Formats: sequence, structure tokens, C-alpha cells
Amino acid sequence: MAFIGSVIFGVTTRQDLKDGVIKRWYLRPDSSRIFFDPKRAPLAAVYHFLTAIMLYSYFIPISLYVSIEIVKVLQSIFINQDIHMYYEEADKPARARTSNLNEELGQVDTILSDKTGTLTCNSMEFIKCSIAGTAYGRGVTEVEMAMGRRKGSSLVFQTNENDDMEFSKEAITEESTVKGFNFRDERIMKGNWVTEMNANMIQKFFRLLAVCHTVIPEVDEDTEKITYEAESPDEAAFVIAARELGFEFFNRTQTTIAVRELDLVTGKRVERLYKILNVLEFNSTRKRMSVIVQDEDGKLLLFCKGADNVMFERLSKNGREFEEETRDHVHEYADAGLRTLILAYRELDEKEYKVFNEKISEAKSSVSVDRESLIEEVTEKVEKDLTLLGATAVEDKLQNGVPDCIDKLAQAGIKIWVLTGDKMETAINIGFACSLLRQDMKQIIINLETPEILSLEKTGEKDAITKVSKENVLAQIINGKTQLKYSGGNSDAFALIIDGKSLAYALDDDVKHIFLELAVSCASVICCRSSPKQKALVTRLVKSGNGKTTLAIGDGANDVGMLQEADIGVGISGVEGMQAVMSSDIAIAQFRYLERLLLVHGHWCYRRISTMICYFFYKNITFGFTLFLYETYTTFSSTPAYNDWFLSLYNVFFSSLPVIALGVFDQDVSARYCLKFPLLYQEGVQNVLFSWRRILGWMFNGFYSAIIVFYLCKSSLQSQAFNHDGKTAGREILGGTMYTCIVWVVNLQLALAISYFTLIQHIVIWSSIVVWYFFITVYGELPSNISTGAYKVFVEALAPSLSYWLITLFVVVTTLMPYFIYSALQMSFFPMYHGMIQWLRYEGQCNDPEYCDMVRQRSIRPTTVGFTARLEAKKRSVRRSESES
Amino acid sequence: MSSNTASSSAGAAGSGDSSAARKNSKRPKYSKFTQQELPACKPILTPGWVISTFLIVSVIFIPLGVISLFASQDVVEIVDRYDTECIPTPARTNKIAYIQGGGDKVCTRELKVPKRMKQPVYVYYQLENFYQNHRRYVKSRSDSQLRSPKYENQISACKPEDDVGGQPIVPCGLIAWSLFNDTYALSRNNVSLAVNKKGIAWNSDKEHKFGNKVFPKNFQKGNLTGGATLDPKIPLSEQEDLIVWMRTAALPTFRKLYGKIESDLEIGDTILVTLKNNYNTYSFNGKKKLVLSTTSWLGGKNDFLGIAYLTVGGICFFLALAFTIMYLVKPRRLGDPSYLSWNRNPGGR
Repeated sequence: MAFIGSVIFGVTTRQDLKDGVIKRWYLRPDSSRIFFDPKRAPLAAVYHFLTAIMLYSYFIPISLYVSIEIVKVLQSIFINQDIHMYYEEADKPARARTSNLNEELGQVDTILSDKTGTLTCNSMEFIKCSIAGTAYGRGVTEVEMAMGRRKGSSLVFQTNENDDMEFSKEAITEESTVKGFNFRDERIMKGNWVTEMNANMIQKFFRLLAVCHTVIPEVDEDTEKITYEAESPDEAAFVIAARELGFEFFNRTQTTIAVRELDLVTGKRVERLYKILNVLEFNSTRKRMSVIVQDEDGKLLLFCKGADNVMFERLSKNGREFEEETRDHVHEYADAGLRTLILAYRELDEKEYKVFNEKISEAKSSVSVDRESLIEEVTEKVEKDLTLLGATAVEDKLQNGVPDCIDKLAQAGIKIWVLTGDKMETAINIGFACSLLRQDMKQIIINLETPEILSLEKTGEKDAITKVSKENVLAQIINGKTQLKYSGGNSDAFALIIDGKSLAYALDDDVKHIFLELAVSCASVICCRSSPKQKALVTRLVKSGNGKTTLAIGDGANDVGMLQEADIGVGISGVEGMQAVMSSDIAIAQFRYLERLLLVHGHWCYRRISTMICYFFYKNITFGFTLFLYETYTTFSSTPAYNDWFLSLYNVFFSSLPVIALGVFDQDVSARYCLKFPLLYQEGVQNVLFSWRRILGWMFNGFYSAIIVFYLCKSSLQSQAFNHDGKTAGREILGGTMYTCIVWVVNLQLALAISYFTLIQHIVIWSSIVVWYFFITVYGELPSNISTGAYKVFVEALAPSLSYWLITLFVVVTTLMPYFIYSALQMSFFPMYHGMIQWLRYEGQCNDPEYCDMVRQRSIRPTTVGFTARLEAKKRSVRRSESES
Repeated sequence: MSSNTASSSAGAAGSGDSSAARKNSKRPKYSKFTQQELPACKPILTPGWVISTFLIVSVIFIPLGVISLFASQDVVEIVDRYDTECIPTPARTNKIAYIQGGGDKVCTRELKVPKRMKQPVYVYYQLENFYQNHRRYVKSRSDSQLRSPKYENQISACKPEDDVGGQPIVPCGLIAWSLFNDTYALSRNNVSLAVNKKGIAWNSDKEHKFGNKVFPKNFQKGNLTGGATLDPKIPLSEQEDLIVWMRTAALPTFRKLYGKIESDLEIGDTILVTLKNNYNTYSFNGKKKLVLSTTSWLGGKNDFLGIAYLTVGGICFFLALAFTIMYLVKPRRLGDPSYLSWNRNPGGR
């Protein structure tokens, strides 16, 4: 623009003095300095170019940077102050450690989450069991709670739900003071099990729990309380459960286990000593553990607990009495994300045991390579013909509100990946618990546990292993992709589970893109057994791979890499020290606060900042372009249309505060509705509010506003008399009028653009306009060498003249009219999502749950994870079975 | 470290409940401000609002337009372009030479009064294609010199019309130097019409910007003479022609007040103007016009504002109708999600 101006200026300047003939003699072109010298017109044009750049710098919103910084800092203060993200128990509010990521909080596409300490609290609770085909345990898991709420509830009470949940939680925690035990069922608690039908079985069941483990008890001398040291928290949960139900394991020696238990016949507590003969330990291939004990009667018993797939096939014919019920229960538990184990026992006779014992000691003492398999063979023979007792269900306790939160985030269209160091089974369980996985989902599992690789690993040839593994992983990935393809694009029900070893190969440069493609098209992705470095690498892959904003959340030192790699790192200020928090951008106390952080604050911040930037462009273009238009009437000599002080103070006084208020306070919909309609979040992910179309739209708005303002003012203030006194309008009057119009227009435009008026907005908008009148009055009163052209211009010339006020009114209304028409049309006929929600609120239809649900459902693209999706899936399957039958 | 988050409570009122704060040091204080729950009005553009806005605008604008148009129509204006006519026919081939040459360039013009003109009738000269808003021109003045004799030597901005032989020019600069110097003498029926040249400048200029102790010095004494000369005995504050001229015009076509006729002009009157055509607009192809005009409460004659008001008011009325019809014919399809961008192209999949 400056360039065009310079060229024209150069040409006209040259023409001023052509062949010694002076044209515009009043400019004295014959005696001129370089800036206006027609003899050196090109050079003058270059100088003019610089001057013009100075003048048109009003196009560039310099104050934008400052304003954005201020706004972001204030926004993070609001985040810090949010009482809904304050964790009472730990006395920890949310804390935004950096303020420059606020708007990205509203654009998160993928969340990469750690598991332990983030999703779960790393404690196991014995919550349910199924004994002899009867399910016990009324304890409710987080997921069930969430689902139950959803099923029965209308949407109206959602805001209160959190509180309700809080209450019920509290009630439960009050009752159970025992860590790791959340079992409620009066049928078998407090010794009532004696009266149950299958008392015998129940006794055996809990005896098994009390005996079959590798836990070491520690008795506190003073209180006689027993604490248990266990390899894994679930074992401890079993022993605790047994204790709570009356089978207190209190001592272990090399060969014996002592248990206090209730005698079924006498009804008294007796101490029983079990002699441990053999312990057949747990490993990942056997997936079961057994002990062989001799009780006080001399009976030989084999107690066995293990995963369902290995256990059911080892049952004896008459031990399958309750198989079907138990299977159902186990299925149900597993779907709820509980860890299940099948318990079974067998009575051995002396002879058989003797044979076994010999064989096993032989196997154990052998030193050959296949010692392991020998042992396995032997144990295989004895762990059979078992009698089913039942199943246990242990909850890897999720943090408060996690399923709810994940469901909301999933509804908002955010993808959630779980990156954990845990083993695959645990990770999958958690996947179920969080509703990231469902039973009807097709799981694509990528691992390297194939026999050939295992055998290769034994040989220890590294190169060969690498090569084969890589091929294997690649094949699995491609296989997964073809599966996806065959499902006909209906990718919703696929889940990708990959373990750390395979991940190492999948992250190789040549494989990673295929891997990413596969992963992105799956509904949920779980990476287990991954190292901190792999977590970071996966994060980087996602971030660079699809260019969308990623958010990593974690609590431990092993998540630091991931947090730093992601666009936004959210640290959970939990128990695991401060490293994660220190390297995070935002620290929250609980995973569930993520929901509010993203859906409410993220959305608001994104919206505010994008609107703010657009508006900034608009207001500076409106202002700057009038300057340019005026130039066209001054042969581009870069005379400013306004007084110098008006020019410099435009961005400071007359248009700055309202836009900052917009950036800090504006809300399209209130927090409640943000949470109620999570899909609103997609506005940020899809970046609809800051697309090029929108930016250009605002810039266009600025240009035509400037054109309207300038030409209307110019045409109204032509050469005719300006007031009743016959005085004509000079530069300062045209400038003052135009400036007044612009101050009004940009401030009222802001008022049109925002949808949330508090007292603050009113004050800043109206005060900006008032300040302008105040300024021009005061400035005009200053001595004329300071105020130059603006001396008394308002008091003497503008204010008493009716035409000034008429022009202002007319120009302002006319300039705003196109935008008003546009937004009226859009709001009525093509509302954006937030517009729809505003309509809903306005018409009070939010209290009509069905209606609400309709709007929500119709605009929701099918969610693939979360318990809402699970409910849907359940409905589908019910419908299917109905139609089949 | 995190204590500062609580203390920086964004100006939230309340150090009141300090006991609660002590018990629970990091708990954010609850206030509607910090929780962003201030009572607010959340207007949305409902059909009612839209239609009534348009109606209100049209209801206000149309009468205003009518009034403004009437005001403008009331003004009687006589415009007479004389720059070409006032050069004798033989000299028209080289107007510049004529205008730069010596001699009395007297010229007479006859103006017919088309309508009764009530006093005061303002006399203007109108220049076209004269860039008083050129940056070089605009800057070429010294406000302090004009105000007080103390600052006589502040002439740095005035080049090249700053001094003559080392003596400062008062008033200096291109603006003053190029002062308009055509003069008009008006008569009706051979009786001369008095043109009052007082009170044509803004008071603030006379009283504050142009000092009453500043007298013209060395004016038009340079080797090039620009426009009019000034009487060195009259202080600048009394030189209203200069003051009017020094208020630079915004646009290349502008009028400046020459004087006032303080008697009514009747319809059919013939006014004889004897003018001295001194000012050179021929170099830059400018036009010179003499304008006699009355004023209304709105100022001079310009139909634009009235017509524009009427147009916009009419458009608003039409829009109000159109929106009403639209809402009636095609009520809003609420929550039709097909408009949403992410339903059009399910993202990322």
C-alpha cells in the first residue's frame, strides 16, 4: 500500500516541475528538500515510502502483543482461582505455570495420559466376588456409578451430580476404613456367610485367598494390627479381603501358614496351621499360581488361582457345576474394568502327591536348559481336574470422577491415548475401567510374544531378533490396517494395544508413519510397558504426525519427557513428587479437573484469544485504512488525516480496554453449558474461530468499515459551510469527525461481537467513548503550540455544530449495519454450535431434557469411547438380540 | 511457591475472611468475579431484536433525513466559475503568462439571484485541485511565531519561505506565502454592497493562535512573490483573511470564507462583481469559483446527508420487512447440525 502511494507520489512530485515549468507553485517545488524534490523524484519516492510505512504502521497491531500477554496472564489467574479445580484434600488449587498456552488448551486433539497416579490412584480394592455361582459385593465401581447416573438421570441435574457423587463417595469411604477393601455385602460379611447356602464353598473360597499367596504379614506389636507386604497390590487386596471376612492370615514361616478362621461346625474362631508343601509360582505364561498344603486333618489340598482362560480348561467334570454363572460374572466384571481371577481347588491323594513331589524336585534340581519346561510339564499334570470355587474381582482404583471426565472428553471429540509402564493385562483392565475399551471392540494387539521370537530370544542373537521383531511388528501393523479397511471404514470399534518392545520397532523412522496412521484411526490406543523415552517419542510422533495440539498428562518422574514433548504438559500434583509438576505447563491436583480445564477454560481462552486477535486486526485496519483513503486525496504526500496525538493514542486509550475485557471476560456460553455440551470443544479443535476465512472476514469488515466511514464523512463534509455561521470544514474538522466515528464504530462493533455483558464490559466500552470526548476537550484546551490543529476544535467547532452529531450518528449506524445483518442472518439461519447453545439457553429449553438430548445427539458424531458409547453399544446389542430372536 | 497464586486474586475484593484463609491457605477465595460468574446480560440476536432494531433505525433515520434534506434545500447558493472567463480572450492561449504578468487584471461578473437570500449571505471563494493538505504545505508554518513576537525566530519549519536576507519572515511558511489574493467588490443596481470581512475566522484563532502584537514583517519580500501582501501595521489577529487561509482545508476542493453581506438579496436581483483576478491557479489547472450562499441550521447546501439518511432508513425498513417475512416463511430450524463444519467433514478420520 505504501508502495503504491510512493509511486503515485513520485509521479505527481515529478510533474510539479516539468521542463522548468512550476505547476503547484504554492509548494515551491523549485526550492525543496529531498523529500519533495521533483528533480529527484525517485529518491523522494523512496523517502516517501519510509514515511508512508511509518504512517501505515497503524495497520499493524503493535499493541496486540502486549495486550495478548496481559490477557493471558489474567486468564491464568482465573484458572488458578477456579474453585472447581481446587482439591480440598490436598489443599491444592490448579496452577498455570506458564500463561502462553491458554488458547491451546482449547484446541487439544489428543490427550496422552499416564496411567498410574493419573488415571488410577495405584491402590487395589477387593470389590466383588462370585462364589459358587452367586455374585457377592454391592460395592460400586466408578464406572458403574457414572453409568448408573447417566442411565437413570435426566440431563438437568448434571451440575449437581458432581456433588452427589462426592457425597456417595464420602459415605463409602467413611464406612470402609480399610485400605484395599471396598466390599459390601451383608450376606457374607460379619460372619453371616455361615448361613449361606454354599457356606462350605465360601469357606474354601476365603481359605484359598488366605493361603494361596506370597504375602508376608507384619504384626504391629502394640496394636496387634497386621499389615501385609505383598509383591503386588492385588495380592495384598486378597489377603485383606480374607481377613475382613474372618480368615485372618497372621503368620508365615518357611513351611507353614497360620490363619485364624471361623470353624463352621463349632462357630468359634480357631487358629489353623497349614503346612505348605509346594508353591507353584506365578509367571506370565502360566498365568496362575498354586500352593499345595496339608491342613491339620492331614488332607492334601491344591489351591489354585489364575486367569480365566487358563483356569476354565483345567476344571474337572464335576467341578464345572457353576461354570456358566461364573463365566457370566467374570465377563461382567472384566467389562467393568475389574481384574478377575478364578479360584479353584483340588484334593490330592497321598499317592498322587508323592509322584508329583518326586517329579518336581527332580525337575527343579535339573540343570539342563529346559528346566523351566520340565517344571511346567510337571505342574501341568497336577493342576488339573480342579473344582471351581468362584471368581474374585479387584478394582484398580480409578481416581475420583475419571470415567466421567473421560466420557466428557470423548464426547468432546478428544482422543485419549494411554501410555503406561504397566503390563498389558493391567493396562487393558484400566482401559475397560475407563471405558476406553469395550467388550465389543475389536482389539488389535501388537506384541512380540510369538513363539518364534521367544525361541529366538533364547538363542540370544541380537541382530536376528531385531530383524525378525521388526518384520513381525510391521506385519502386525499392516494386518491391523487391513482389518480396519475390511470393517468398511467403521473404525469406531477398534482399539490398538501395543507393548513397549513392539513400540520400540514401531517408532523406527520407516515404520512410524504407518503406525501412526493405524493408531489415529483406532478409537483408543493403549501403549503398555513403555519406557519414559518411548512415551516422549510417541508424544512427538503424534504431535508432528498430524500437526494437531497434543496434551500430555502425568504425575511421575517417568512422565517428564512426555510432558515436555507435548504441546501442553499437565502435571498432576499428586503423591509422586514434584518432577512432573516442575516440568509441566499447568498443574492440577486430580485427573478429573482436566475436564474443566479443557472444556471450560480451554474453550473460553481459545475463543477469547481468537476473537481478540481478529478484532485487533479489524480495529487497526479500520483506523489505518481511513488514513490511506485520506492519502488518496493528498496526492499521497502522507499527511495524516488526524492530529498526531489522536494517532498515537488510538491504540492506547480509545480502543484498548474493551478488547482486553473481551479477552479476559467474554464467554460465549457459561461454564455449565460448556460442560453440558462437550462437543462445543470441537470449535477449538477444528479451529473454526481462527480459520483464515474468519480472519479475512474480520479484515474485510475492517476495510469496508473504513471505506464507509471515510466516504460518508467526506461526502457529508464537502466544501459547503459546516455550521450555521458559514464556516467551512478544515482538516481538523474532517479529522475530528472521522475519528469520532471510528471510536464509536470500533467500540460498538466490539459490543456487537461479544455475547457477555457484565458491568465491566459496559464500563470499558462506554468509558472508551467518553474518554475520547473528554480527551479531545481537554487536549483542545491546552495551549495552541501543543494542541496545534486540534486547538479548541471540539468546544468551538464540533460540539456546537448539529451536522457533526448528525454525521456521527449516521456514519456509525451505517457502518455497523452490514455486520449486524450478517450476524443476524448467521444467528438465525446458520448458527454455529455455540450459537445453537445460546438459542437453547435463551428459549429455556435446556430444562427440557429430551429436547436438549436431541440437539446434542443430532450434532454429536458417534463417540467411540467413554461410557456413553458403552451404553449405546449395549443398547445396540440388546436391539440386535431382540431382532434375532 | 504456590502461595502467590492465592494472593494474586486478580483484584478480588476481600481480605475479610482471613481466618478461613489461614486455615486453608491455598483455597481460592470464592467470589463471583474470580469464578467468572458475574451477573451478565447475554444478548442474542433474536428475531424480535433484529426486527425492532431495524424498525427503530428506520423510524429515527427517515425523519432526520427529511429534515436534513429540507434544511439543505432551503439554502440558496450561487456558484460562479470565473478563472477562464476572467482572462481576456487573446491571453487564453497562455494563461500562466497572463496571470504572472503585471497590470490590473480587473474582471466583472454578473450574478442573478434565483431566490430570495436572507442575510447574512456568505461570500466564499472556492478553489479546486489545490492541495492545501499536502504534507509539505501543511507543515510549513510556525504556530509559535504567529502567537507571540517573542518567537519570531522560530522559523525552522517554514523553509523555503523562512527568511529574507537573514531576517525572519512574519508570518513565515508556504501557507502564508501563498495567501489567496483575488478581491471581490459587489454591487447591486449600481449601489455597492458592503462585504463585511470581520468575523469570518474562528474566535479561538483570533484570540489565541494569532497574536495581537505580532505584525507582518518582511512578508512577500523574497525574490518570489506568492500571494497577497499584508498590511504591516495591522496585527495578525486582525488579518482575518490570513487566519481563514491558514486553517488548511482537508480536501483539494475547498471553500474559504471571504466575507458576509449583511443585507437580504431579493429574487431577480443582479449582482455585479468587480474582481481582481490575481491568484494563479492556472499553473496547476485549478479552478476558481465565487460562491454566494446562505446557511441553514445544518450549514451549507449539501443534499448528501439528507439523502443518505433517507436511503439507510429506507433500507432498514425494507430489511425489517424482509426479516419478518423470512422468520414467518421459514422459521429457524433449530439445531440442524448439518451446518456444523465437523459434521460436513468428520475431522481427522
